[in-house]
Amino acid sequence: MHMADALLSPSVGATFWAASLGAIGFASRRLRERLDERLVPLMGVLAAFVFASQMINFTIPGTGSSGHLGGGLLLAVVLGPYAGFIAMASVLSVQALFFADGGLLALGCNIWNLGAYSCFIAYPLIYRPIAGRAPGKRRIFVASIVSAVAALQMGAFSVVLETLFSGRSELPFGTFLMFMQPVHLAIGIVEGIVTAGVVGYVSHARPEIIDGASGQSAPGAGVSVRNLIAVFLLLAAVTGGGLSWFASENPDGLEWSIERVYGRPDLPEQQGAASALKNIQEKTALLPDYGFRETPGGQASVEAGRTLSGIAGAAIVLGLVLALGLGIRALRDRGGRRA
Amino acid sequence: MSFDNAYFSVGFLDRLSYQDTFVHRLDARAKVIITAAFLLAVISFPKYEVSAILPFSLLPVLLMTLGDIPAGFVLRKILLVSPFAILVGIFNPVLDRAAALEVLGLTISAGWVSFFSIMVKFTLSISAALLLVATTSFPGICNALQRLGVPGIFTTQLVFLYRYMFVLMEEAMRIVRARDMRSFGQRGRGVRVFVRLVGMLFIRTMSRAERIYNAMLSRGFVRGDIPQLGQHRFALIDLVFMIVALGLLVLFRMVPVTGLIGQYVRGVFAG
Amino acid sequence: MSHHIVEFRNVSYRYPDGTEALRDISFRVTHGESVGIVGANGAGKSTLLMHMNGSLLQSSGTVVIGDLRLDRRTRQEIRKKVGVVFQNPDDQLFMPTVLEDVAFGPLNLGLDTEDVMQRAQEALDTVGCWHLRDKPPHHLSGGQKSAVAIASVMAMHPDILVMDEPASNLDPKSRRSLINMLKGFRHSRIIASHDLDLVLDVCQRCIVVRDGSVAADGPSEAILSDKALMEENNLELPLSLMNRP
Repeated sequence: MHMADALLSPSVGATFWAASLGAIGFASRRLRERLDERLVPLMGVLAAFVFASQMINFTIPGTGSSGHLGGGLLLAVVLGPYAGFIAMASVLSVQALFFADGGLLALGCNIWNLGAYSCFIAYPLIYRPIAGRAPGKRRIFVASIVSAVAALQMGAFSVVLETLFSGRSELPFGTFLMFMQPVHLAIGIVEGIVTAGVVGYVSHARPEIIDGASGQSAPGAGVSVRNLIAVFLLLAAVTGGGLSWFASENPDGLEWSIERVYGRPDLPEQQGAASALKNIQEKTALLPDYGFRETPGGQASVEAGRTLSGIAGAAIVLGLVLALGLGIRALRDRGGRRA
Repeated sequence: MSFDNAYFSVGFLDRLSYQDTFVHRLDARAKVIITAAFLLAVISFPKYEVSAILPFSLLPVLLMTLGDIPAGFVLRKILLVSPFAILVGIFNPVLDRAAALEVLGLTISAGWVSFFSIMVKFTLSISAALLLVATTSFPGICNALQRLGVPGIFTTQLVFLYRYMFVLMEEAMRIVRARDMRSFGQRGRGVRVFVRLVGMLFIRTMSRAERIYNAMLSRGFVRGDIPQLGQHRFALIDLVFMIVALGLLVLFRMVPVTGLIGQYVRGVFAG
Repeated sequence: MSHHIVEFRNVSYRYPDGTEALRDISFRVTHGESVGIVGANGAGKSTLLMHMNGSLLQSSGTVVIGDLRLDRRTRQEIRKKVGVVFQNPDDQLFMPTVLEDVAFGPLNLGLDTEDVMQRAQEALDTVGCWHLRDKPPHHLSGGQKSAVAIASVMAMHPDILVMDEPASNLDPKSRRSLINMLKGFRHSRIIASHDLDLVLDVCQRCIVVRDGSVAADGPSEAILSDKALMEENNLELPLSLMNRP
């Protein structure tokens, strides 16, 4: 699943952008050292292939829902970890730009979640050891499923963490986790099956493709574990630093923000759904971190009078912008669209 | 989104990006930087902010109108991708029930406010991304990224991706149509057939990559970077654009324009 | 004028999977000649053409282009003299815009920007596509793509122009433009095509290829109107000759 801009805070977004750009730089440098010239058009065209393939849906047996190819693992298998990562990052970039999948700030998170885990961890540390050299169909199958599941679990968990640390959503950590992990387990299995299928099909029809392309990287080699740990530590440090900055950031009194009125009762008209959920929570205890907040959360306070100003101002601002837009449109239409 | 719709919308957005307007002619680097700053500014607003973010809508509106981008297209795309944001955001009003404001007798919970905050941020950020592509050709964006420091290997293959994604989408569509014509209802839409289709497409893609590489060699390419023709130079107008845009971004982020306008208007009416 | 000669001496080629695509082929094309290469599918036409710029290297025999014998070291140099336009223009127009595609070759030759621009303009003008210079290739029609592909090769000022099925994706009007254009070129032209009428129109000489060998080699008029010869080689008469008494 993709992370979205709206759920992201700048610190978390920037952190993962730094991580992703770092990873891209790292992979690029590695590729430059041992560059096979064929690789650049090949990466681009294969990325285009993954992009196009993602539009083809298939029905998942048993559920009736439709699935599609993710592609991170497949790219890693065919191109090796570095080229595979770069190709996957580019697919996600195009998706973010052309399909507005997630957004541009969240792209950093998505490249990390959907690219780094499959190419830098799952492929070298899981797929390659299981598959070994010249694997048969069964090994490919097992290797793909385990790798895909692992990669997607890590990716899903990252989304949950990113949402949590951003603090824009009320979704409790536990609930979100309970939803994301099982769903992505299923998605991971499907991804593994499909990847294994395609690798198997191609190995059978044109064996030299798979062997030739991935021959660049010995199992796990080149992706130095030390580098990976360094990146993760850096990530932790930056996120930690970013978090404390975020926590202490105090919007000053002039900004129009909301005061949570201490002690105000629940809104009567919404009693139905909320109390039903509360009952479920008490009965099943499935959602450990569930909590209904009725107390102030520590934001700055403001007087009620500002509320009306804010709303009036909002209406005016929107009206002005709309008028400006329509005005410019009209002028351009009349002027025959001169620059 | 069905294949055909996806293909059409990518193609439409792509064609928009090759129009020739004032906005299109601005330096791509400036547009990339401003878009990034815009996104950062919008996303940086705290959880419960709604009205102070609204003035930011000025930038997308200006880009749309000056860049001849149909508003309907942008709005439709936003609507199309909104379900996910709504799905996650809707938990806010459900879970965060503390009353926050009273407006004209109505009590609005904090959860709803944060939900609207998410939706406003969502709308603005999606618009910004779309409008960046719509007003700057994709290769232009890649070139800008490379000049701003993104590794050349990444940007070069990104351009290749772009060049061939339409070709590959068409190939994929043909294969899918062939499948659909011969599968009645659900038969043939399963994983087995999918794997075969994708496998075929993959092999064809590898062959194509070989031919492309051969074509490159045939026209004298040997090794190294792909030769560049010449770069757009940063002009005064680009600088002016950046200064004005950044100024507006800082203004809207730091000063609660909406609130001030509202207060002023109320003041006028009150007294 | 030895530098414009293309000579194949007893050339054979076997694909990695064992298929023998060329068997002991020999012929010689001299400066300014226009030669058509015809034959059934699988006869070896494309394989033959790929040898002309070193895209493939022969298994045995000698290929001579100008003063150079083709091998791994000389093929880079040979590629400056021999311009090959392959069958699928999409595979050859790999740059983001038409102008950049046409400039690719000259840039690789090491020319400076001014010269590159001049050559690009000349080449695009010749094929009538200068107005398309800022367009991305996927916005072009089939005929436009073919034209630009030709321009991208012409911009390198090759001595010998080689084309593989140049008219295969063209509508009648574009095809006619192509034929007129080719008739106007002064280079040595070697054109492989199923379009026998095009060969008849453009090429003075014709080589018939069958099962990897030369089955016939002579003036196009004579060869293409020889019904028995055509049918022997899994071909038929060009449409324009079909109703002759």
